[in-house]
Amino acid sequence: MTTLATPQHMAVNTLNPMLPYWAEIIRIQPEAPGISTYWLRFLDSAVRQGFSFRPGQFNMVQVPGYGEAAISISSDPADRELIGHTIRHTGNVTQAISRMKVGDVLGVRGPFGTHWPIEQHPGADLVLGTGGIGLPPLRPVIYHIIRHRHDFGRVVLLYGARTPRDLQFQREFAEWEKGGIETMITVDRADESWQGLVGVVPILFYHLRVDPRKSVVLTCGPEIMIRFVVFEALARRIPSNRIYVSLERNMRCGLGMCGHCQLGPYFVCKDGPVFNFELLEPYVNLENL
Amino acid sequence: MNEILLEAGSVVAVQKGDFDSLLGAMNSLGYNLIGPAVRDDAIVYAPLFSSISLPQGYISEQDAGHYRLIYTGHGRYFDVTPGAQTWKQFLFPARAPLYTQQRKDGRWQIESHDDHPAYALIGVRPCELAAIQVQDRVFLQEAWSDPIYRHRRQRVFIVSVDCLHPCGTCFCDSIGTGPKTGPGFDLNLTEFDDLFLAEAGSETGKIVLSNVPYQPASAFLLQSARRGLADARKRMGRTLPDIDELPEALLGNLDHTHWDDVARRCLSCGNCTQVCPTCFCWDVQDSTDLQGTRSHRERIWDSCFNPDYSYIAGGNTRPDTRSRYRQWLTHKLASWKHQFDVLGCVGCGRCITWCPAGIDLTVEVAALRREFVK
Repeated sequence: MTTLATPQHMAVNTLNPMLPYWAEIIRIQPEAPGISTYWLRFLDSAVRQGFSFRPGQFNMVQVPGYGEAAISISSDPADRELIGHTIRHTGNVTQAISRMKVGDVLGVRGPFGTHWPIEQHPGADLVLGTGGIGLPPLRPVIYHIIRHRHDFGRVVLLYGARTPRDLQFQREFAEWEKGGIETMITVDRADESWQGLVGVVPILFYHLRVDPRKSVVLTCGPEIMIRFVVFEALARRIPSNRIYVSLERNMRCGLGMCGHCQLGPYFVCKDGPVFNFELLEPYVNLENL
Repeated sequence: MNEILLEAGSVVAVQKGDFDSLLGAMNSLGYNLIGPAVRDDAIVYAPLFSSISLPQGYISEQDAGHYRLIYTGHGRYFDVTPGAQTWKQFLFPARAPLYTQQRKDGRWQIESHDDHPAYALIGVRPCELAAIQVQDRVFLQEAWSDPIYRHRRQRVFIVSVDCLHPCGTCFCDSIGTGPKTGPGFDLNLTEFDDLFLAEAGSETGKIVLSNVPYQPASAFLLQSARRGLADARKRMGRTLPDIDELPEALLGNLDHTHWDDVARRCLSCGNCTQVCPTCFCWDVQDSTDLQGTRSHRERIWDSCFNPDYSYIAGGNTRPDTRSRYRQWLTHKLASWKHQFDVLGCVGCGRCITWCPAGIDLTVEVAALRREFVK
């Protein structure tokens, strides 16, 4: 039976949970145009040693003077030294991060939220459906699966990006394949170099035969993609309580106190970001909830 | 001096002439007194130095989008139902510093702000006390608590008053938060023309009360208080029936056409969230000096009607007034129950009074339920 590392300590000051801890940028790895992975190391050695997270959780990352953003952790949960955040530079905070260099410090608190609960499904076939910046939150679970490969049946990664240039972690695909993860990659718009599939992620289900009795779906990406991945999964009779989705909402605290991330009765920061789809089912088809 | 011993739950009579001594006793314990006062033709909560600044002689006339203070010259301090302000501004300030970050010799330092005043809140109504307890559940959670709220809440002294004169937009009786004060006060008062009935609800409350002369409360006074409260229940201007069924009725009705109807009237101004004593949403703001070496981070009230509120990189998850009003109402009366095991509404009626479009939550809920098809 798989057990995921239980967080022993969070880098959260219980007396003042809004106070971040300083973390230094150790390495910056460009992944795709506008997307880089930032490898962070807590300055405080006690925090560094205590910090652990589960795949799917996120940190609140802060740039002094600019603000704070919820960013999922994209690195291997077994790496207790460095924490990886794969960031698309799109907002105020993430653009400020794009101007930072190795040696600069960021404020970090976390980890927050729920994880991909694959330990509840030993022996299951796993389908990871993801697109765009939805891959980084799933990357820790890929590491975990590779390390505990015998705990699961067939594992397939369905991944899509707009263009071949936008595919992240391409250098790791071979390693993932070697680790026993089938990867099916698609792009929305191909270029002359592209030999692979073209189209959106949900259509990859048509290249796949899933066994609905033993499949578990994990999906993260643009909400429209999530909707259709779930649709295809349900169409293949995978029960909604074996589908997990990770959602993005505006967040200020990560503590369930600022109100921003509400979705129906849930706070995405603490009841999510990873939800069992059964819980979301009453709300997903409502516009603008 | 006082002959009877104060016990928890025992009610004594204090002469009005001794009320200032009661305030003095709180002052000498180090509390900053805050009480209702008349300012710009409205009731506000302001520093209180003597009973003279209390709104004696006033009543308020309130209806949807309507508020008028009327001077009748009666002799009671706490007859007037409150205005737009709530006590939350003292426990959960509209703007409060979170921390300051400063770069010195190439290193960032961080400094938090932990000095908070101790307040005595004088004249807290039953609905308002219930609202404080609703916010307790938000800000004082098991895993962690909000330091600003915690520091202020731990130090606060609450003098509540039974609400004998509800106004036109009140419906606390429907929610069950009033007009009789529930537990959680330090000192509770029932006001008559010439005296108060006083009950100590905490050890500090007993200490304060023991500083003034008091007599046992006569059966006649207790009976009058009961009658006054029964009478108050009859004079509630609004009702919100069957609150236990609200979560299901609202969350099961999220695509009702009536939301479009409200959206046509709602200005999305956020007044209701600013005057609501339980609304807790907040945002953070950073400000830096020109060199970029010092950054100050503040917490400010936010509102689910604010267009930025649900903005993410992929767009706004609630792009229109319909979705924002629906979020506000269903949060208050339905999902709050799931989140904090209590309704987010205490029946104070402020959102009705202070809505510039006169949108009345009790009317909207009734409309949503009337056409509720399962």
